[in-house]
Amino acid sequence: MTLRRRVPWGVVLALAGALAIVLLPFVLKDTNEYRFAFVGSFFIAALGLQILTGYAGQISLGHSGFMLLGAYVTTILSVDHGWNDLATIPLAGLVAGAAGFLFGFPALRLRGVYLALATFAIPIALISLAKKYEGLTGGGGGKPLTRVVTGHEAYVTTWPIAGAMFLLAWLLLRGRLGRAFRTIRESEIAAVSLGVNLAVTKTLAFGISAFFAGIAGALYAITIGFVNPDTFTIALSILLLVGVVVGGLGSLVGVIFGALFIEYVPLYSPDILDWVQEPVGLSLDPKAAGAPAAVYGVILLLVLYLAPTGAAGLLRGFVRSITRRLYTSGGTEPPGQVVPKRREA
Amino acid sequence: MTQFVQQVVAGLGDGAIYASLALALVLIYRATHVINFAQGEMGMFSTYIAYALIVHHGWSFWPAFVFTIFVSFVGGAAIQQTVIRPLARAGELTIVMATIALLVLLNGLASWIWLPDEKILPNPFPTGTWSIGDVQIPQQSVYNLVIVLACVVLLWLLFNFTKLGLALRASAVNPVASRLLGVRVTWMLALGWGFAAALSAVAGILAASAQFVFTPTFMQVTIIYAFAAAVVGGIESPLGAVVGGLALGVTINLLGTYLDEFVTPDMRLPVALAILLVVLILRPAGVLGRTVVRRV
Repeated sequence: MTLRRRVPWGVVLALAGALAIVLLPFVLKDTNEYRFAFVGSFFIAALGLQILTGYAGQISLGHSGFMLLGAYVTTILSVDHGWNDLATIPLAGLVAGAAGFLFGFPALRLRGVYLALATFAIPIALISLAKKYEGLTGGGGGKPLTRVVTGHEAYVTTWPIAGAMFLLAWLLLRGRLGRAFRTIRESEIAAVSLGVNLAVTKTLAFGISAFFAGIAGALYAITIGFVNPDTFTIALSILLLVGVVVGGLGSLVGVIFGALFIEYVPLYSPDILDWVQEPVGLSLDPKAAGAPAAVYGVILLLVLYLAPTGAAGLLRGFVRSITRRLYTSGGTEPPGQVVPKRREA
Repeated sequence: MTQFVQQVVAGLGDGAIYASLALALVLIYRATHVINFAQGEMGMFSTYIAYALIVHHGWSFWPAFVFTIFVSFVGGAAIQQTVIRPLARAGELTIVMATIALLVLLNGLASWIWLPDEKILPNPFPTGTWSIGDVQIPQQSVYNLVIVLACVVLLWLLFNFTKLGLALRASAVNPVASRLLGVRVTWMLALGWGFAAALSAVAGILAASAQFVFTPTFMQVTIIYAFAAAVVGGIESPLGAVVGGLALGVTINLLGTYLDEFVTPDMRLPVALAILLVVLILRPAGVLGRTVVRRV
């Protein structure tokens, strides 16, 4: 058997993605750079949710609440206390992370559906509180930030941080902690008997995940230049979860496709409807109220049916079909898979 | 005291709606082990069907009510067969995502077909009150309660005293053994979704006629109360869902009345969720839920 190093396709894809992100500002117009800045903050938040859901196996519908915390930390510090808004970003992450860590304690007793329904409470409670304490947050009317950024500024602020967060997530997950998360996801009994401390690991997963969401919230606030509690409803949490599932559970590289899905599919839903109905001969109004949402729902269902493992699963299948040809000219077995020879009778 | 009794009755009226929707959630959870996030939107869509029958086609309320429940039953079963059944082998999260996709889809369809503006569902109930001594009992609340309890009793009879009910319960508890004994499990699951859809139609129509106007988003707050009710009662317990729903309605109304400084209408939902969190921390499987002994 020849030992051949397998090409680390994840790393290759990540590098290709990084290159694309560096080159994009040269081709994009300002509005699209602006949109891509939102993609970047969704990417960071969905990375956090991926760590929690895809790796540690805990579901959360509360991540829009952690984004809200991050967004308000940035806004309040930069508007009321004269901080540079970029300097507030780490603090936004830490505040949200601390909140997530604290929420992890009650979450320890819950699992599955109970956990999902308990995390429901986070954004609802935080939105109501943000509206109640108007002096601090500007209330339901929202609060403008000190500066208005252009699309390009937003892009060059968001993406380096997104890249750093991606690296951070990768480093965290490739070692001991990542293995502990995955073991908890697969079997808590096995995890405990291997010496993993469930309480510490689960609360840590919540904290890390909320830290990512807080940073994403801060960048979202800087990009949009205005925060309003109603931006961070459960609908946003659900969108993030959609991003994680569309990207593929348990894949960091896949998250980028999830983030693109979150930002661009609702935008292009009317065009997709036009494109589908023309050959059929229908003439529905794609801009009618509700039409984009209906199309979005159908697209999401189709993704679930056709690619249940998400974009990452599709990519993996694609890469495998290529490498099989590359590695085994004429042979049938892919490398790394030792097929025992059948004994001659 | 008068005020107390009035608020309790009003709370039971609201709670009946939560109870009906919570029971629908429990039915689907027991059958499929998935929380159906689209439950509220299914009720919303049914309400629009009733609205269309009454306002656009000139039906009177009660025939439209019964027909809508029938249509919802068929629709719920159809959704299970077409949307959920193909995903039966996929992970839990995938099925949850499918119900979320349904939520978005149904909401979009309702705004698309009937426009997102405010609609009025003719209220079939007298809006007056009955006076017992000083106490003014709102009639609408009593009718809500009676209708929902009637549905609950009918379902209870069906599940406990018919052969179909036995098959439904069996396929929820042990699908494999039921299939081996000749129960058509997939059809039982479809029926479960049908009953859940019918219950949420009842909840939707009652909620819409109790409110003055309704829009395609009118069930999105109610469904959160229903989640809370189902979880407080224990997500596997039908009785728990009904009791949880009624108790939640009463609690919220009383808090809103006596602690009106803090529990303003805006704060009702967070307070309900705070109650939910406290209950879950004290009893992680709900008040009437079965505590499953776990190894870790």
